[in-house]
Amino acid sequence: MSAPAPGGSLSGVERARLTAKDLDAESGSWLRRLGAGGGERQAAERELHARLVRIALSEVRRRSASTPVAGQELDDVAHQAAHDAMLAILAKLGDFRGESRFTTWAYRFVILEVSAKLGRHYWRNPPAVLDAGQWERLPDRFGIDPARHAESAGILAEVRRVVDEELTAHQRRVFMAIVVDEIPLDALAVRLGLQRNAIYKVIFDARRKIRRALVANGYLDEPGRERR
Amino acid sequence: MNELDRLERFLRTDPRDVGCDEAMAVLHVYVDLVAAGQDAAGRYPGVAVHLAACGPCGEDFTGLLAAVTGG
Repeated sequence: MSAPAPGGSLSGVERARLTAKDLDAESGSWLRRLGAGGGERQAAERELHARLVRIALSEVRRRSASTPVAGQELDDVAHQAAHDAMLAILAKLGDFRGESRFTTWAYRFVILEVSAKLGRHYWRNPPAVLDAGQWERLPDRFGIDPARHAESAGILAEVRRVVDEELTAHQRRVFMAIVVDEIPLDALAVRLGLQRNAIYKVIFDARRKIRRALVANGYLDEPGRERR
Repeated sequence: MNELDRLERFLRTDPRDVGCDEAMAVLHVYVDLVAAGQDAAGRYPGVAVHLAACGPCGEDFTGLLAAVTGG
């Protein structure tokens, strides 16, 4: 990921001209019905909304183990996500380029809405963190066997030194929140008023900086193998 | 497996990583390719790298794939 944006490109993404022959039959039917008037459009909207609700409910349940949101609030998140996704889909219908099936394009909206809403709802009842910022938890974060904590003490101390001394204050704050305190990235983005990509970029740069220091100081070999 | 492999993998970055915004912009295209059994990662390597490295975007990918495949 190169500054200011992540590396790589999407040069392979076609901006297809949308014609009826480019679309599969189902996608063409959705576009035609949603673009029609009267009852046909209303029926299509009801059908699409019902699908979005079903997908949103399924998605919040799939994610239930990784969010403090639960019970009725989780169902509420799903219904809100479906509602907002429906509005966005109808508003952006003209943006559909036929690069995927229509339903895949439409379902993306509801999946992303679920993500965003779970990030916001996280702060309504965040898990109690009694020992925020405790570096002692770092080995557990990476699944290091307690019996081997002593062996990993050196490299983890170097990680801490780099975080303390070489990261910027913003990088340190984000790293501690995400890696040590395990705050979900989307929830942290909400708290800091940033987009997901901005948080990811901070973590990306922090990871690169820490790894570079570990290699420079002999804790990792360049290909990535631990040296000591 | 080395005890510190997870730490090393976490710290490893790939310059092909396209980031969240670009990955999410083509998520529907990528998912359709995966669902159709095509080489999505070969076609969009930077997206594949990102989805493997970014937990939230990886979750979105898994969720959308489940939605379109009924899984």
